[in-house]
Amino acid sequence: MAERRGRILIGAGTCGLAAGAGAVWAAAERALTDLGLPDTPVIGVGCIGYCQEEPLLDVELDGQRFTYRRVKPDQVKRIIEKHLAGGQPVTELLLGECVDAPNPYPTLPFYAPQNRVATRNCGFIDPTSLSDYEARGGYMALRNALAKPPHDIVEAVKASGLRGRGGAGFPTGRKWELAAKSPGPHKFLICNADEGDPGAFMDRSILEGDPHAVIEGMVIGAYAIGADEGYIYCRAEYPLALERLRDAIEQARQKGYLGNNILGTAHSFHLHLKEGAGAFVCGEETALMASIEGRRGMPRPRPPYPAQAGLFALPSNINNVETLAAIAPIIRNGADWYAAMGTAGSKGTKVFALTGQVNRTGLAEVPMGISIREIVYDIGGGIPNDRELKAVQIGGPSGGCLPASLLDLPVDYESLQREGAIMGSGGMVVVDETTCMVDFARFFMAFCARESCGKCTPCREGTTRMLEILTRICDGNGTMADLDRLERLAGNVKITSLCGLGQSAPNPVLSSLKHFRHEFEAHIRDRRCPAGVCKNLISYRIEADKCTGCVLCARNCPVEAITGEKRKAHVIDPEICIKCGACFDVCKFDAVIRG
Amino acid sequence: MEILLNGTRVAVQPGQTIMQAADSAGVHVPRLCNYPQLKPSGACRLCVVQVKGARGLVAACTTPVAEGMEIETDSPTVADARRDVLDLLVSNHPLDCFHCEACGDCALQDYAYQYGIKEGSYDGARRQVEVDDRNPFFRIDYEKCVLCGICVRMCDEVMGYGAIDFAGRGFTTLVSTPYGVSLDDSACVFCGNCVQGCPVGALVPKSQVGAARAWEMKKVRSVCPYCGVGCAIDVHVKGNRIIKIEGAESPANHTMTCVKGRFGWEFVHHEDRLLKPLVRRADAPRGAVGREWFEEATWDEALAAAAAGIARVRDGVGPDAVAGLSSAKASNEENYLFQKLLRAAVGTNNVDHCARL
Ligand SMILES: Cc1cc2nc3c(=O)[nH]c(=O)nc-3n(C[C@H](O)[C@H](O)[C@H](O)COP(=O)(O)O)c2cc1C
Ligand code: SF4
Ligand code: SF4
Ligand code: SF4
Repeated sequence: MAERRGRILIGAGTCGLAAGAGAVWAAAERALTDLGLPDTPVIGVGCIGYCQEEPLLDVELDGQRFTYRRVKPDQVKRIIEKHLAGGQPVTELLLGECVDAPNPYPTLPFYAPQNRVATRNCGFIDPTSLSDYEARGGYMALRNALAKPPHDIVEAVKASGLRGRGGAGFPTGRKWELAAKSPGPHKFLICNADEGDPGAFMDRSILEGDPHAVIEGMVIGAYAIGADEGYIYCRAEYPLALERLRDAIEQARQKGYLGNNILGTAHSFHLHLKEGAGAFVCGEETALMASIEGRRGMPRPRPPYPAQAGLFALPSNINNVETLAAIAPIIRNGADWYAAMGTAGSKGTKVFALTGQVNRTGLAEVPMGISIREIVYDIGGGIPNDRELKAVQIGGPSGGCLPASLLDLPVDYESLQREGAIMGSGGMVVVDETTCMVDFARFFMAFCARESCGKCTPCREGTTRMLEILTRICDGNGTMADLDRLERLAGNVKITSLCGLGQSAPNPVLSSLKHFRHEFEAHIRDRRCPAGVCKNLISYRIEADKCTGCVLCARNCPVEAITGEKRKAHVIDPEICIKCGACFDVCKFDAVIRG
Repeated sequence: MEILLNGTRVAVQPGQTIMQAADSAGVHVPRLCNYPQLKPSGACRLCVVQVKGARGLVAACTTPVAEGMEIETDSPTVADARRDVLDLLVSNHPLDCFHCEACGDCALQDYAYQYGIKEGSYDGARRQVEVDDRNPFFRIDYEKCVLCGICVRMCDEVMGYGAIDFAGRGFTTLVSTPYGVSLDDSACVFCGNCVQGCPVGALVPKSQVGAARAWEMKKVRSVCPYCGVGCAIDVHVKGNRIIKIEGAESPANHTMTCVKGRFGWEFVHHEDRLLKPLVRRADAPRGAVGREWFEEATWDEALAAAAAGIARVRDGVGPDAVAGLSSAKASNEENYLFQKLLRAAVGTNNVDHCARL
């Protein structure tokens, strides 16, 4: 038995660890020792994207891969004993789709529509191993690139149609061309790994699961534009990503992929890692560069653009993690290969972080132009509890919400823009009928108000004023004049703010006003929250006819607002009730009415 | 290069900003955070203008002109946006102009007047900060601050001290020393150039508090008496008393001053100040210094007495028994004449200057 060639893979990104992968990992090590198989490798791989089902443990045996889902530490020994040692999968613990077909990834509904380019290695390699990366073609593209003139690399990236994945969608090849034209000898290439949008975690996944993909993209980019020094600016809240990067940079340096005379050529590139200090605005490129320089992270007006005068006033080029992770495959497989995916104006693939009220949450990398419906229903598996999809918020606090009627909209830069959303960094939050759109808009506005750097008037003052108005409306104190003022202010903040934060902060409000105005009006005119979320606008009462006196509600009420004798109708005291909705959720007879 | 400014063709220089081009053409674009000596920062957003083809409005202070650019500085969209920006500022401002030193000399007040804003229309939170009275020279009332950043940039870009910067985020952003310590304990040298730059009443010289407002004061152009740089100053006087001193434009100082020129003028009204020359009485005992041993004299009498004293020592003991010590308060020309006097008229090389001490 012991001669079977197998290994264990554990999804050990931050998401997996948060779900308990650490204990599963320890249990696996223990079990292997106990079973006399201490030489079997246990590899902590990065996030494969299926965050919903974590902790994930995969058994690789005789070239086949089986995935166990939501693994508990006390199940590990059994899995290893029966499957790894005994060759018999523990079917009841397997991911459903795996039962009859191992190596399920190409066929799983969650994966079939995907096309993984930037996330090609996440979940498949040991991110701490340079040789794992090389075994899957890593640093081949760099070798190819260094054999060509830099100009050819710029042209290839231009021809690929790749656009910046950090939010603005600026064509990467054009950006590189501008930076290449700036006079040297010293230039910087910066990787923006600040990923601060609530709900976004694609960059983290790549950094944790495949750090060399980003480094290789950077070395190629540096060669293309003539940069000799670089920074990765990564937020301090990503300790695992920082650790992976630190190790990977050191490995790459030792192997001659970084430093002086890379792979024996004249190209030299020195890479530093810089930790951010937790401000969303430091993801904005000019603020980011100020922060690297040791100054307060506040945006400054452009021009001058980074390509003219960026970091330390030298020509600089800044790209997002996902953008850079796509470079090596483009160089290796050719621009045409990449450009064949996507739509006319939006080429290639994009990673989305699918969250919210959807059956399968996680990370999905899909070709541009795929419809929202495919993402939500095919990949995400639809809405739980047979509820209705109400809206999809794309692009985080800078984005907008799209109503169910736009489900067939293709996801590309142009279509999203047209409907008032943006691609942003790729956050996609699905909401159903239990979400109040006013409250939802308020959440994003609160984020922007908190994160505004305070430099320019409209964003510093305006986001707080919009938040105050939204809060008034949620509290049932809004007026129709408030609504007009909110809309006007949102418009003005959008057109007058200095940087992208303020310019896009009104988007969630404006798009919800466009598509869900009736919900705002219901709060104001009828003092009613249609989704039953805004506490000031709802009340709970018990319909005596339906109440059986089972006392379940009274037992669950945290403030003892419900009284009544057994088998007699119960009553809620509105003076005591805190509107938590516990009674509503537990009543089996639909006797609790929310109104 | 030509642009179309509010429908009129205007010749501009490449490299100019829209604001500079508009200024040259006599079109005023409102501004709070722009200051001639400082790099444009684009913070207040009052100078937004409409440029054909641009997304949103653009800040005139930071956007360079381009050939054929079509600019509207006061279109309905611009005016509405600008009014809203002003409204936001006024909504977070204590409207106590009745007893504000900056009343009548306040950019916020002027623009609010121009755009017909009586009070802020956004009711809600209001910044609340205690007045900071800890330093001897100026009062800091950040409730009135519009966060234009002129003080911060003045201290950093011009003075090179970096004593203050922004702290906090969003609505709670404030100008601050590191950890909020008093300016006395910071890198501040109390040049007060930040005070002069402040467009509102947030930074006010203590000498002005409760003393006078713009229309009550006469500005007297003068030259700072402290050193040979010869900074131009405006002495603001009410009646015959100085209320404050500000730097004025001149090639020597471009409106800046140091702490002495701006704040060190209390001697002017001091009772001990000498207003007439005094000559030592003949019967004064050796070493006596009290006022009673001196008597008032005319300038001619005083100079004659001094010349006679110097000549007596030179002729009696020898020229090298005389020494001259000059002052940095004198100009280069005056210092030149002083050494000439000692070398040619007295005959000694014993001449030195306080700057060497
Ligand atoms: C408020 C704000 C936050 C941003 N945060 C990020 C971020 O976390 N990561 C990122 O790559 N780009 C972010 N950006 C976009 C960057 O300014 C910049 O456009 C991007 O890094 C360029 O890389 P790309 O061309 O590869 O997209 C942010 C922009 C704004 C206005
Ligand atoms: S828009 Fe907001 S984040 Fe951007 S510069 Fe202005 S205040 Fe700062
Ligand atoms: S007084 Fe001068 S040194 Fe002090 S904070 Fe103001 S500008 Fe800076
Ligand atoms: S104190 Fe005055 S100069 Fe400084 S930021 Fe505030 S308003 Fe501007």
